[in-house]
Amino acid sequence: MSVKDYIRERFFPHMWCPGCGHGVVLNAMIRAIESLGMSKNEIVMVSGIGCSARISGYVDFHSMHTIHGRALAFATGIKMSRPELNVIVPMGDGDALAIGGNHFLHAARRNIEMTAIVMNNRIYGMTGGQFSPLSGYAAAASTAPYGNIDHGFDIAKLSEAAGATFVARTTTYHVHELSRLIRDAILHEGFSVLEVLTQCPTYFGRYNRAGDAPEMMETYKNRTVAVGSEKKNQDPDLIERGVFVKKELPEYCREYEKVIEKNQQKQT
Amino acid sequence: MQGKVKFIQGNEVCVEAALYAGLAFFAGYPITPSTEIAEAMSARLPQIGGRFLQMEDEIASICAIIGASLTGRKAMTATSGPGFSLMQEALGYAVMTEIPCVIVDVQRGGPSTGLPTHVGQGDVNQARYGTHGDHAIVALTASNHQDMFAITVEAFNIAETFRTPVILLFDEVTGHMREKVVIPEKGEIALVERLRTSVESGVDYHPYLPREDGRLPMSDFGGVHRYNVTGLYHDMWGFPSDDPKIVYGLIRHLMDKIQNYAGNMTFFRQDHIEDAHTVLVSYGAAARSARHLVENRRKRGERLGLLELQTLWPFPGDVVRKVCKNADYIVVVELNAGQVIREVKLAVDRPERVYLANRIDGQLISPTDIQNILRLLHGKGV
Repeated sequence: MSVKDYIRERFFPHMWCPGCGHGVVLNAMIRAIESLGMSKNEIVMVSGIGCSARISGYVDFHSMHTIHGRALAFATGIKMSRPELNVIVPMGDGDALAIGGNHFLHAARRNIEMTAIVMNNRIYGMTGGQFSPLSGYAAAASTAPYGNIDHGFDIAKLSEAAGATFVARTTTYHVHELSRLIRDAILHEGFSVLEVLTQCPTYFGRYNRAGDAPEMMETYKNRTVAVGSEKKNQDPDLIERGVFVKKELPEYCREYEKVIEKNQQKQT
Repeated sequence: MQGKVKFIQGNEVCVEAALYAGLAFFAGYPITPSTEIAEAMSARLPQIGGRFLQMEDEIASICAIIGASLTGRKAMTATSGPGFSLMQEALGYAVMTEIPCVIVDVQRGGPSTGLPTHVGQGDVNQARYGTHGDHAIVALTASNHQDMFAITVEAFNIAETFRTPVILLFDEVTGHMREKVVIPEKGEIALVERLRTSVESGVDYHPYLPREDGRLPMSDFGGVHRYNVTGLYHDMWGFPSDDPKIVYGLIRHLMDKIQNYAGNMTFFRQDHIEDAHTVLVSYGAAARSARHLVENRRKRGERLGLLELQTLWPFPGDVVRKVCKNADYIVVVELNAGQVIREVKLAVDRPERVYLANRIDGQLISPTDIQNILRLLHGKGV
């Protein structure tokens, strides 16, 4: 199948701004799914609210566009009810880690098999550029006109501490790596988190004089390094890309299946 | 009625009834006085191959049951006032996306943390108006275990028939009280199973295209039809739309599908109404005291009647108007500062006949409390 076969053409043109990184994520995700040879019928995409959440409407999977921050909670109900489905949850940084932070922690802790893709553009785009928990100290935003005094999260460390059994990070510049990591995240049997640094030239770029989309992607190229790279020692501000955590732990749905197996009463 | 006799808590009755109705998925978060429902579900559901989830909060709980219900399982959550407040946004999502589910609110004294271990009926308006935007909602209640069983089964039937969330407004007294209940035999109470589409795999299925009777056949999410579900206004495919015609059509459909069939979901009991000169209108735990008083005073020749409401929303105004037509005094007995009384006043002719008998101190109103109020009304002095 070609990429076109995975999208809902009647939903296009999409609503993302010119230069937005989210389309790159959509493309890489479809390529990953295509390479896995998965049927469209076995994939459920559950999203919350925000620019990133709109991705679920553009794909020809079972798609559920829910409420702000709660996508993982809806997804948990779906996955527990039908564990055979592949559940992908695309979220923005605010959706996943501000309003949805608690659900994020607990989904990771349960190690329920699903793929959380955090599209981190460090800003609330849909509402016009307010700072998010990932904007970082001193960033400019429409609600931080004097510079942000909130400190940011490290999504990878947070996910690992919460119990996610697959944690990775990449950027929209590294498209092949992005596609490969989405693939690995989907294949992982447990809760997987993939953080994707994705540019918002319209708000984050403009407020922070980070340049247009190509310039922001250049920065991803120049300011990130592969996990374990020597360069990180010399320049600690570099952001690491790659897989941080990959381990096997009991998966939630399978554990519950065991509970059922052990306690199910024989029908009389 | 044939069946197994049990002597159990109301919360356990709710569990028995939900399982009888075909519940296959429960998600919840501990909160007094509803916790026994989650506890019993955690033991019972795996035994029948169902799923129990203890989520991180009430928001996650309602979201999980909505997700599970969409995939084809009958689903329920249970909570109390504070948790019910947290659920309001997702409740609106279930209304908008037309996903059947049952939400039990075992009411306690509010506002805020209020009186966790004491009774209250302060969530009647929250059930109706708690979520934002215009919408119709179904909320049912009961005052004794046998009715609680029947009304819980009915909640699932209504949820499935009308693709809507249904709220069960129980309270601390009925939830924790132990009383006899006869669990009906299988088949004794009719069950409504989900209406599933006959559209075959590979054929364009319209998840939001109502049939002529207003019902929308469902397709288990994750099954053979791929479709979009959104809390945005949406067209018949479930795709977002702000076309005024589509917006108007959907909001009308969401309200009409409940309001036009309000008669099908109106449940109540009436005692000694025919010649009643004073009618008590009550529901839930408060109705137990009201009934006791009516039975007692009838023996002494007082022309007292009782209308016990089991459907609170859509409010059965027609029933109230008819039953109260000839009464000189209409006394609403409830455990709040006056929530149902407002609806009663709107429903009846000559609303100046309507009085409130209530308690808002965490205590169940007693027959004596009501009697004292009646004596004052009747000019007899306490």
